Amino acid sequence: MIRDRSKDIGEYRPASDDDMLICRCEEVTKGEIRRAIHDGMYTLTEIRRYLRVGMGLCQGQTCTRLVKAIIASELGTSPAETKPATARAPMRPVEMKVMAKDTGGSKDE
Amino acid sequence: MKRYDLIVIGAGPAGLSAAIEAGQQGLKVIVFDENAKPGGQLFKQIHKFFGSKEHKAKIRGFRIGEELLKAAAEAGVEVVLNAVVIGLYLEKEITVRMDEKVYHYKADTIIIATGATENMIAFEGWTLPGVIGAGAAQTMMNLHGVMPGQRIFMLGSGNVGLVVSYQLLQAGCEVAAICDAAPRIGGYGVHAAKVARYGVPFYTRHSIIKAEGTDRVTGVTIGEVGPNWKFVPGTEKHFDVDTICLAVGLSPMSQLAQMAGCAMEDNPKKAGLVPTIDEYGETSVPGIFAAGDVSGIEEASAAMIEGRIAGAAAAYRLGYITLESLEEKTAAMKKALSSLRRGMFAPENRGKRIEKTEEGCDISINLLEKGYVAADEITRYPGVTAKKGIHPVVECTQNIPCNPCQDVCPKQCIKIGEDITALPRVEEFVECTGCGLCVAACPGQAIFLVNSGETPGSAYVTLPYEFLPIPKAGDKGYACDRSGHAVCETEVVTVKSISAYDKTNLVTIKVPVELADAARAYRREVKA
Repeated sequence: MIRDRSKDIGEYRPASDDDMLICRCEEVTKGEIRRAIHDGMYTLTEIRRYLRVGMGLCQGQTCTRLVKAIIASELGTSPAETKPATARAPMRPVEMKVMAKDTGGSKDE
Repeated sequence: MKRYDLIVIGAGPAGLSAAIEAGQQGLKVIVFDENAKPGGQLFKQIHKFFGSKEHKAKIRGFRIGEELLKAAAEAGVEVVLNAVVIGLYLEKEITVRMDEKVYHYKADTIIIATGATENMIAFEGWTLPGVIGAGAAQTMMNLHGVMPGQRIFMLGSGNVGLVVSYQLLQAGCEVAAICDAAPRIGGYGVHAAKVARYGVPFYTRHSIIKAEGTDRVTGVTIGEVGPNWKFVPGTEKHFDVDTICLAVGLSPMSQLAQMAGCAMEDNPKKAGLVPTIDEYGETSVPGIFAAGDVSGIEEASAAMIEGRIAGAAAAYRLGYITLESLEEKTAAMKKALSSLRRGMFAPENRGKRIEKTEEGCDISINLLEKGYVAADEITRYPGVTAKKGIHPVVECTQNIPCNPCQDVCPKQCIKIGEDITALPRVEEFVECTGCGLCVAACPGQAIFLVNSGETPGSAYVTLPYEFLPIPKAGDKGYACDRSGHAVCETEVVTVKSISAYDKTNLVTIKVPVELADAARAYRREVKA
């Protein structure tokens, strides 16, 4: 789905719950996410790259739905219309030292 | 690189069932699961399952888990634990993290059975220690034997919220209240009634305003949710609690399907982003299947059947069985699956307001709002009859796919009929022997034996009882009504715990005859 980037969603206005953490792994607040949307990040993928939401220990298991709802609320759309973020390996956080030990083969071969 | 006929990702009810079915057809099958123990959520399910025989009804979830593991071993399935599948690539190659290394495996078919993850909602203080998922509470209690807290507040009245609340009571915690932003309780009425009769209050149209505390939860403030989803000022209520459980739904963990390039849909009826699948669970990528919660949130009973269908379909894909054989094998499974998807709680009825049962009885408004059927409403249901002498009173008031009561009665005095979602009715002229099998078999704990007329002025009420310590004959206590209010002091007359009851104890209490239709719980102590 291509979002209409020219859509006027108005100015970012501070709200009383702006300090609330949404992505607890990367410690990103609701205000930061709302500000990013008003800065022109209309998709989960953009916000993820911009703020690192959903890129921490839980890999977005906790906050993805919450971020989707914030995007929908700021854009005046429904969460189901928000395109999911790209799914790519590793699906779970993997330390670099483990990644470096990619055996290329199976166990007990 | 090792090759398999089938790689199953996830060793929960769907994954294990798929692996068993495929293994039985001769496929070389390997199952990877990221957890240290197999079974997915099954080993946390200490309650009896709903459904009919083919859905493993009235068997406790963890026992079903044990059965599946045994069957998987017999079918020659390799189950690898502590194995995190981190990628699913073209040509059905996967990468798996085991120990401190990454390994590669390849198969001709893949079944994704990764299940779901718990939803969270954000409110002031939601990141405080003590705010946990209801599933996490269940893991702590039922797998690790750890009480999540002393006094719990539950947000969410779907089946997860209700079942976990009951299990919290069983673990010895106090459940301060259950709230839900919706105007009606979301889960089965029988699950709600099970906690209501032990005095847990329900607050529908309420949600959490904030979790209180500085370094841990010390309380919670809730408020009424108005029509515009804003809190109504002046409706705040406070509870002193040390734990807040969130049971606000599950989301399919479908990222592997997405990564594999399967066509996806964001479907609210399936509770989130799921791969689109055909009737055999096959995704848009030939040879990649999805089964269980990852393809839409349902009960474990549905996940097991979906798994078996996908396992059979994988066998067909690889030429181990013919199309005729696949169709023949899966016809009964599809029938069993569709029977689970019927009734008031069917996926297609999500969010719908249902006013009457299939029989035309009005649904109890009290049940939907407060968690219990009011005394003046209960007599409208076909399982509730009044007669002299011992007889079952079946307080089953919603059309759900479940029929163990009918199968278990040796005298056939409880009838549901062919339609599995029909309300049970008690045959007035068939004599009840008082064996109590129906009381113990009902997964909703909605059946009671009432015996009035034997002793003048007194009645005996037999209740299902699943708390420790198990009472003894002669114990004093209180009889509580459906709302959890103590209606009189009482004495335990008999306690029956036979193996056929499968750990549900049948406690018979003596009450004044006029309270025979009111007393529905026994409690040793009640708060003033």
